[in-house]
Amino acid sequence: MPEDLNWAIGGEAGDGIDSTGKIFAQALSRAGRHVFTSKDFASRIRGGYTAYKVRTSVDRVESVVDRLDILIALTERTIDENMDELHEGSVIIYDGERSTMQDVEVPDGMIGLSVPLQRLAEDAGGAIMANVVALGAACEVAQFPIENLDESLEKRFGDKGEAIVENNKEAARLGQQHVQEEYDHEFDYDIETTDEDYVLLNGDEAIGMGAIAAGCRFYSGYPITPATDVMEYLTGRIDQYGGKVVQAEDELSAINMALGAARAGARAMTATSGPGIDLMTETFGLVATTETPLVICDVMRSGPSTGMPTKQEQGDLNMTLYGGHGEIPRFVVAPTSVSECFWKTVEAFNYAEKYQTPVYLVSDLALAVTEQTFPPEAFDMDEVEIERGKVVDEDEIDSWLDERGRFQAHFSAADGISPRAFPGTTDGAHMTTGLEHDELGRRTEEEEVRLEQVEKRQRKVETAKEEEDWDYREFGDEDADALVISWGSNEGAMREALGFLDERGHDVRFISVPYIFPRPDLSEEIEAADDVIVVECNATGQFADVIEHDVLERVQRVNKYNGVRFKADELATEIENTLSGADAGAAEVEAE
Amino acid sequence: MSSDVRFTDFKSDKQPTWCPGCGDFGTMNGMMKALAETGNDPDNTFVVAGIGCSGKIGTYMHSYALHGVHGRALPVGIGVKLANPDLEVMVAGGDGDGYSIGAGHFVHAVRRNVDMSYVVMDNRIYGLTKGQASPTSRQDFETSTTPDGPQMPPVNPLALALASGATFIAQSFSSDAQRHAEIIQKAVEHDGFGFVNTYSPCVTFNDVDTYDYFRDSIVDLSEEDHDPHDREAAKEKILEGDKEYMGVIYQDDDSVPWEKREGIDQDMSDIPDGAPDDAMDLVREFY
Ligand SMILES: Cc1ncc(C[n+]2csc(CCOP(=O)(O)OP(=O)(O)O)c2C)c(N)n1
Ligand code: SF4
Repeated sequence: MPEDLNWAIGGEAGDGIDSTGKIFAQALSRAGRHVFTSKDFASRIRGGYTAYKVRTSVDRVESVVDRLDILIALTERTIDENMDELHEGSVIIYDGERSTMQDVEVPDGMIGLSVPLQRLAEDAGGAIMANVVALGAACEVAQFPIENLDESLEKRFGDKGEAIVENNKEAARLGQQHVQEEYDHEFDYDIETTDEDYVLLNGDEAIGMGAIAAGCRFYSGYPITPATDVMEYLTGRIDQYGGKVVQAEDELSAINMALGAARAGARAMTATSGPGIDLMTETFGLVATTETPLVICDVMRSGPSTGMPTKQEQGDLNMTLYGGHGEIPRFVVAPTSVSECFWKTVEAFNYAEKYQTPVYLVSDLALAVTEQTFPPEAFDMDEVEIERGKVVDEDEIDSWLDERGRFQAHFSAADGISPRAFPGTTDGAHMTTGLEHDELGRRTEEEEVRLEQVEKRQRKVETAKEEEDWDYREFGDEDADALVISWGSNEGAMREALGFLDERGHDVRFISVPYIFPRPDLSEEIEAADDVIVVECNATGQFADVIEHDVLERVQRVNKYNGVRFKADELATEIENTLSGADAGAAEVEAE
Repeated sequence: MSSDVRFTDFKSDKQPTWCPGCGDFGTMNGMMKALAETGNDPDNTFVVAGIGCSGKIGTYMHSYALHGVHGRALPVGIGVKLANPDLEVMVAGGDGDGYSIGAGHFVHAVRRNVDMSYVVMDNRIYGLTKGQASPTSRQDFETSTTPDGPQMPPVNPLALALASGATFIAQSFSSDAQRHAEIIQKAVEHDGFGFVNTYSPCVTFNDVDTYDYFRDSIVDLSEEDHDPHDREAAKEKILEGDKEYMGVIYQDDDSVPWEKREGIDQDMSDIPDGAPDDAMDLVREFY
């Protein structure tokens, strides 16, 4: 009996596909089964094919596969759309009494169950419950105890009253009975339940939950697929902790509001997707140069421009690594799974405040819309630590004042990290600006000060590289000659792929990298491998580029950034010095 | 908030680099006076500024301050105020900053009616980029980039504010020190978004909208029989268009700031060392 069941409901957008799918997924999760969901959707609200797919197993499931065992087809097109995934023995549930479905041809070898969804729903109290009738039928096919569906229906319709819940339960029973009575067929499925308690959530929800756990109090955003769920999750919930979600007029405003809130001392965040990141990039440099802690979440979708709003891509990596004019110290953190969306969000807030920098939290559509089961301990709140960095209060502020009693908000500390005084702190009043500034935050174009501040900001990154564990997650065979590296949502599929590769006789070492900048040094691992493959959802291999860059021998550099162009004599000297350095290096190599 | 704060306490030790005679000196003095008069001090005040000669104001004042990017000062101010409603927030900028690149934010800041003040130094020109047409420049005002004038009617910022549902609309003139400070003080005291368009002449690039011009044409509403609580009367004055009014044009005394309506009253900087005690409830919701 296949333990791994792949189920889907498909139809037109507006047919209640999402909520029906979710009811089923939750029922499975509550019955102690692992669940992994995915969505096919188009960028429109009504009309257009859409499907909700559920893969379930007693063991953990980490990805989608190319197979469909049970399909609830609300439209004829649903069958066509899923033809590649249907196989011999697949069960297709449809309403043969519906005028649009009368001519449905169930492909050879598949089992068609025509269930009068609408009629039975009306019997139960209303045609609107047709999808629930289908769920009941699916339970019978999967041999999944229908009682488990009841709890899900209670959760979904509980606030609409007892009668509605009962009607829905009845609708499911009618679907089940219809299959029992009309189809004298032994189905191949026998869905086991377990005593495990799982929670079921998606990446956007995990980010929102991580933000609250991490003490985020201010969120401003502008709706965009697929980031909006973060905002929807936080709305209402963050208020219970004294926070607020503000829907701004655009992304420029969203990031500036968050910047203001962060300067006032709140842990603040904004989330958007590619087109919004473009707009936010203007203020990104301001956030960095004013040394304001801010978490900016980019839930990537297909670009460029408006691209494909409802499709997956990991194309913004270069944008988050390099976006913005001038040179901008930043961190880029990219969760690799739904649960990591939670933990990396917590980390992102800590990095932002410890190092007083913007942190890009880069997720993607696949993580955002995938719901996955986890034991609740995967989100153990006792493990959450909050580090606010160098915040000084009234008592400590004296040691950060200059000889004239002025607060040095951009003090050029050895580790690059200056003190922070929240507004309201006595004697802490200070200026900060996007213009180059001195230690007091006052505008300057003095060459020496410019050098000092550029280097100070850069030193934070060096400090962070030393102080934090820029680790990776490792799977597969550590000694294998083949090394696969990926980032973001590919981890799940790649973990399962290891199993397939193993069956085909390939040993593979797999490294999943959650930190883009700073990132782990993989040179040893790359050195040890024969084949190095970087897996990512984009056309040009943006992560492959940076990894490759890391293991290249470095060219030497002559840089100038005090605001003055190169002068010939100075340049000659600089190059001369560099050359002799190079010679010394060469000599050393020879001597070895 | 000691009562012995003087307006000079809001002065920074940085010497302004404004042209001698620039209207922005007077505008800034009035802002500092109003802040001191209303019982604020530099440590509880946050000044946000935009870009332009006008935007430099935050640098010359002493308080918690941020000088941001062009046109985006208002959202920063809103973020500061919502995160800590105890702070006095004042936003300043130019007519280009506020009504051109930042026009969208202006409309929405007015709508949102957060309790803060917004002073626009309106010199009817781009000063810092050396004399191009601004949104309030006259239709036939010749500049380096508009040799025949912009050939568009100027923006009427007061009308824009009114149409967006403003609860406080005033206009001021930087060289009338006494009146200017009074008007800004009223904006600070207003429960909601206190908007003041201040004529702040550019002596270097604008030879039309000069001190003399404003002195000759300004009509002080305190000397007229104008009731600022009468929205219809305010509308009439604002839409007349050909008069330079000074004073509070409209004020809604029933205004309730957005953050009050939304129940935001906490300083959001105060958070625990770990996840909230009941945080596991957030997880259980997903059962
Ligand atoms: C994004 C961006 N575009 C353009 C500029 C250049 N710029 C600096 S000040 C300014 C106009 C300022 O005019 P206004 O707001 O009227 O202020 P004023 O200088 O007249 O006081 C412009 C366009 C900039 N700093 N940023
Ligand atoms: S250019 Fe005009 S606005 Fe700018 S400082 Fe000079 S006088 Fe003032």
